[in-house]
Amino acid sequence: MSAASPTAVQGAASPTGAAGTKQGLKLVLKVWRQGARGAPGQFETHELQNVSTDMSFLEMLDVLNEGLIREGKDPVAFEHDCREGICGSCGFVINGQAHGPQKETTVCQLHMRSFRSGETLVIEPFRATAFPILKDLVVDRSAFDRIVAAGGYVSVNTGSAPDANAILIPKDNAERAFDAAACIGCGACVAACPNGSAMLFVGAKVSHLAALPQGQSERDHRALDMVAAMDKEGFGDCSNHLECVASCPKGIAGTNIAQLNREFAKASLRSGSR
Amino acid sequence: MVPMVQDAGRSTRLDSKEPSGPIADRWSQHKFNLKLVAPANRRRFQVIVVGTGLAGASAAATLSELGYKVKALCIHGSPRRAHSIAAQGGINAAKNYQNDGDSVHRLFYDTVKGGDFRARESNVHRLAEISTQIIDQCVAQGVPFAREYGGTLANRSFGGAQVSRTFYARGQTGQQLLLGAYSAMMRQVGSGALDLLPDREMLDLVVVDGVARGVIVRHLRTGAIERHAADAVLLCTGGYGNVFYLSTNAKNSNVTASWRAHKRGAFFANPCFTQIHPTCIPVSGSYQSKLTLMSESLRNDGRVWVPKAKGDRRRADQIPDEDRDYYLERRYPSFGNLVPRDVASRAAKERCDAGFGVGETGMSVFLDFRDAIQRDGEATIRAKYGNLFQMYERITGEDPYKVPMRMYPAVHYTMGGLWVDYNLESTVPGLFVLGEANFSDHGANRLGASALMQGLADGYFVVPATIASHLAGRVLPKVTTDHPAFAEAEGAARAMTQRFLDLRGTRTVDSYHRELGLLMWDECGMARTREGLAKAKARIAELREAFWQDIRIPGDAENINQELEKAGRVADFLEFAELFAEDASVREESCGGHFREEYQTPEGEALRDDENFCHAAAWEFQGQGKPEARHVEPLTFEYVKLTQRSYK
Repeated sequence: MSAASPTAVQGAASPTGAAGTKQGLKLVLKVWRQGARGAPGQFETHELQNVSTDMSFLEMLDVLNEGLIREGKDPVAFEHDCREGICGSCGFVINGQAHGPQKETTVCQLHMRSFRSGETLVIEPFRATAFPILKDLVVDRSAFDRIVAAGGYVSVNTGSAPDANAILIPKDNAERAFDAAACIGCGACVAACPNGSAMLFVGAKVSHLAALPQGQSERDHRALDMVAAMDKEGFGDCSNHLECVASCPKGIAGTNIAQLNREFAKASLRSGSR
Repeated sequence: MVPMVQDAGRSTRLDSKEPSGPIADRWSQHKFNLKLVAPANRRRFQVIVVGTGLAGASAAATLSELGYKVKALCIHGSPRRAHSIAAQGGINAAKNYQNDGDSVHRLFYDTVKGGDFRARESNVHRLAEISTQIIDQCVAQGVPFAREYGGTLANRSFGGAQVSRTFYARGQTGQQLLLGAYSAMMRQVGSGALDLLPDREMLDLVVVDGVARGVIVRHLRTGAIERHAADAVLLCTGGYGNVFYLSTNAKNSNVTASWRAHKRGAFFANPCFTQIHPTCIPVSGSYQSKLTLMSESLRNDGRVWVPKAKGDRRRADQIPDEDRDYYLERRYPSFGNLVPRDVASRAAKERCDAGFGVGETGMSVFLDFRDAIQRDGEATIRAKYGNLFQMYERITGEDPYKVPMRMYPAVHYTMGGLWVDYNLESTVPGLFVLGEANFSDHGANRLGASALMQGLADGYFVVPATIASHLAGRVLPKVTTDHPAFAEAEGAARAMTQRFLDLRGTRTVDSYHRELGLLMWDECGMARTREGLAKAKARIAELREAFWQDIRIPGDAENINQELEKAGRVADFLEFAELFAEDASVREESCGGHFREEYQTPEGEALRDDENFCHAAAWEFQGQGKPEARHVEPLTFEYVKLTQRSYK
């Protein structure tokens, strides 16, 4: 892990502080650089001066990239889109923590006021067998889509639904379903898990649908098929470290894993297949 | 003014195919009159859906359920990341579950009026009719809408309406609806019926014998240029708000698919109809990469105000009620804080421009929950808006339970888009346009909680019926990707990529995008003037010239290259922006989100000119560097009388 040529980049501090004199942060970034899938990677060191504390973490990387491009270098590739913490595109590891130090916060919502001047930040991609690195901080999380395709739905064709209020759902159940359905599919849970397990992601979807009367007829299939798909993708087993819960930007609860275990056990017994 | 366009007038090229007869029967009658494709024949037709937001995912899922061969392409690594996911507040439906006088006709009426009479009545009525089925469908999919203790669905009210018809899932309604549509789509993927192609950006539309027959895409992870042939192409690629650089849109939202289809013959309608959302977190610095919306639902409980005295620098909690100007309640007593978005945005701008704004820059107004917290308790407010308050605090470092939020308007949604007829088919046969990408249903201003409704109406219910008019109604000879039209389009896409890589200039793509955005905000934003628009057009052209000389794209085209992706999008924004400004300058009236300073009432409200502009303007591309032709689709109002909107 050799440090490549250090680059000093001027970060644009905003003049919004008291009397316009707010001092920006000085930071050292060690960023994972990798050209392509399977290619060797290494950390590259960059120094940033005068970084505004009102910036988001991704805006700080924007500033770094502007500088790199102007110097004729390759900018750091990272995924992002909504920058509001809901699309699930962004995510990488900062100083060993998926999505960085702030609880229940994606990196796009993480602001530089969470850091101190003089800090060194080690930035690397989510690492897991099932999430191959594609370039720099970009990983392939399509395994999640394949798990959902295996059963993360209620089978109801368009046009065949009864009146919405014909299905009464107690408020508490609806709230519970929502809490689980709030998952944004960012994959931090997998990156944070020492085993690279996807149990929290799968548990959230299974729990969301198990809490509702809709789709009960396929409840067993759902649990069995999603777990089978998860195993096939190369995610590891759960050994209850609950690092996934600690890293989840949406506060998805660990009880979803317990529920997945119950759903899977019940379904296995009923189907007699395991 | 230089007459850049020839006004082609009422065009025979714009056949709306709008049904006639009593408005409440039109959609059912039209469906009955449409041709059908028999179940066994559907598998013979290949449909390409570009984009997997609410419109695209719902269309792809439904068409696949019906038995068509469907390919769904999306720009993201996963279809669930489309920008619909970020919609917060809710989705309207004329269920009248609250028994407060709502009906299909009232939703229709509110939408036509809210759109300032610049939408097609038949389309809007269909939307209102379908709204109720959408809620049924979403509930059946397991979308966890908010509920009452008895287990029935809860509702809230939204701007521009005096009934509670908005269904919601906390402040994440878009996310939950999209995950519903996504799961329906992934079910089809899982069964092998639907071909999902993520990480693809559409670079061109392929037209054979005048009919849309495929697309050229770039695989964003490998750089491969691919050809895909089809019998019909559906564009569900969202709006163009990012022409302003700073907007509430996601960073990857762009006009490229629409614009390149436009250059292949699809008319672009009403590009100047842009929605500026009144409640967004104000800009904090020059590095700002996007703006964050705070849901309109907050105006149910938050009160908007500024100090009565200019330059009052006291902290908000030290300004007593008698020194506060609750200007929306003052100006619009019957709708109060829930006036439509265009009205609320202009009122905020008016106060700030007059020197009453708050915050360091003076470019924001307060949205205050003090009274609601006193009335209902903090726990109730937290339950309703907790995630929004949390998001606000993260971005600003201020706690909105203690100090009022500061808000300023920002670009949020675009009502304009590719022109479509009643079947949602563009002027290129076989090219359908759904959701925000089309122009049709919101007129000159969209009401809150209506975007989700329209996207899902188009995808779940409209296009699955109307697509048969094309597939069964036209003779579609077999076309493969070996057709010369594919080679031509692919060659053009490759040449453009090479040109970008060869430039080796000095500036980044973003730096040009920011400059364009500032110009658009200043001259084509909340208030527009003839002189400003003329200046904007000239400046856009200069900027485009400079861009094509001076941008620097690192790397190559054989791998992930995000700068190269951005270059194509910004190149298109730089062309599109000029048409936007042209459309705004030719429309010599104010309506909805299009506010021309020359045309206002003595009270400063938008003043329409129904005599001359009661129409949709659809622009025809006539060749690179040539003026576009303006076509007109007259709008007639049989059921909602053309009146000056009033929310007083």
